Amino acid sequence: MTGYFKSRKAFPWHIVVFLAPALIVYVVVMVIPLLDSLSLSFFTENPANVKENIFAGLSNYKYLFTDNYYAPIFWGALKHNIVFFLVHMLVQNPIGLLLAGILAKGGKLRTFFRTILFIPTILSFVLVAFVWKLILSPIWGVSKTILGLFSLEGLFQPWLGLESSALITCSLISVWQYIGTPMILFYTALIAIPDELLEAAKVDGANPWLIFWKIKFPLIVPTVGLVSMMTFVGNFNAFDLIYTMQGALAGPNFSTDIMGTLFYRTFFGQQQQMPNQTLGATIATMQFVIILIGVVIYMVWQKRTTVYEY
Amino acid sequence: MESTILSEKHTGTSFFSRFRTWLGEAVPILVLIFWSIIALFPIYLILVNAFKERKSIFRLPFAIPSEETFSLVGFETVNARSSFDTYFLNSIIVTVFALALTLLFGTMASFALAQYKFKGSTIVSLVFSIGIMIPIRLATVGILRLMVNLKLTNTLWALIIVYIAQSLPMTIFILSSFMRQVPQELIHAARVDGASEYRIYWLVLPLIRPALGAIGIFTMIPIWNDLWWPLILAPSRDTATVTLGAQQFLGQYMTDWNAILASMTMSIVPVLIFYFIFSKQMIKSITSGALKS
Repeated sequence: MTGYFKSRKAFPWHIVVFLAPALIVYVVVMVIPLLDSLSLSFFTENPANVKENIFAGLSNYKYLFTDNYYAPIFWGALKHNIVFFLVHMLVQNPIGLLLAGILAKGGKLRTFFRTILFIPTILSFVLVAFVWKLILSPIWGVSKTILGLFSLEGLFQPWLGLESSALITCSLISVWQYIGTPMILFYTALIAIPDELLEAAKVDGANPWLIFWKIKFPLIVPTVGLVSMMTFVGNFNAFDLIYTMQGALAGPNFSTDIMGTLFYRTFFGQQQQMPNQTLGATIATMQFVIILIGVVIYMVWQKRTTVYEY
Repeated sequence: MESTILSEKHTGTSFFSRFRTWLGEAVPILVLIFWSIIALFPIYLILVNAFKERKSIFRLPFAIPSEETFSLVGFETVNARSSFDTYFLNSIIVTVFALALTLLFGTMASFALAQYKFKGSTIVSLVFSIGIMIPIRLATVGILRLMVNLKLTNTLWALIIVYIAQSLPMTIFILSSFMRQVPQELIHAARVDGASEYRIYWLVLPLIRPALGAIGIFTMIPIWNDLWWPLILAPSRDTATVTLGAQQFLGQYMTDWNAILASMTMSIVPVLIFYFIFSKQMIKSITSGALKS
């Protein structure tokens, strides 16, 4: 009550001072540009005056979805992006969970491994891309030698150069790098489970496999949701790895093109393609809508899920 | 007497169960070793080959450099043909300024959001929390237009400002929960003593130092590694960061194996050193819940 009257007495300038720097930077550099990008997707460049945009309604969207040349590229990028995401969900997150499950037992040795396993995650995409480009390069022949150790050298292919395998290869390289994030999040959730909850099961002689799936996993379901949401947002926003590995054209023959590279190419232009700001903004808006759908699904799901407090 | 019989009986019957226990211990460790090899091997390959002469890179890619194969020719090329020193300096300036200002603005805002009840506080929190889930890259078109209007393209300031905006939402989100845990008696006591609100903020800061460390580390890594914003906002030679510089250099010299391996080593090693110094704190801070709320 007193607080209420106090704040009535004088205008609380200190609150404004505390909030202003963060709020100004955030609104000016994030909120307004985001709204600007979204609204730009409803405009098109005036052919007579490049500096000026004219309102065009949904024509950019119509072009993106139905144009004979552009629509297949857009739908292709979307499809590749879904594959990219599915590889992360099916490979990265289960392996991350497996490693976290092993690490969560604790001990000096496991702490050491925890430090080692997180290393790829701190490297930049650029480095990771080049490291793997070299390793998979037929010129260096390192992968062929390694496959040779298992008498499998016949399997070697220039995976990054083949339309059929380039996307999966890029996705797996991204998994290699990013696995540390789900691993450490699952690990955190697992070590937070109090021992008392597990004691009873152990006394009953349940095996570790059963304990994991019947007791631990249900308890970390909120983290599973969080990791899935983060994977989704990260993947539909990805760019660096593909751009560094396969270039802005996301070759061979656009087979590794995802939303991020498509946006970059459209917005800045590439080779024969002229830069198109408004179509670029339209693609960014599509990314925004896709990510927003993912986030909303996550939030609705999160509201309905029981979170155990211990 | 009785106990020896019991234990003998135990060991006698349980060769199989002992084998199973051993298996249960060994298999997980083998999995960890296996994945550690996968995680480290690529980095190992780069580091050892950077110090070899060209022929041995191809002939003996897995060996560590010996007296005959040792060579620094790659590093010499990198030094002569690129300005990695400028790139490093740019990255350091951008990271340090962005980090310092993020922490300053972030602590101020979260202090206000946690300590005061005021009209609009919910909206302000909500606006910031959108930024946690919606990546700032989606605003690229608008940000580039803004920077062009402000004539800030190809300056380090453009990067610093964007990185502050990028890092603020998560920082404020985490710090708010820490600010709420600051004992209210302390703040009341300070107020009774006549301390101004600004003074109270200053007194609270040391109390949340552990959180600041964790946020600092986790804000730094994505900034240091980022390719997108340097590529879009400041691609000039004078403003390129290490990540962009390496990307351009590697693209240009793709056939000079010594040079690319050397430049990759130069980009990896500082990050690795930083990681080994801070890895304990870093992982501890996540696992202790410093970054959870």
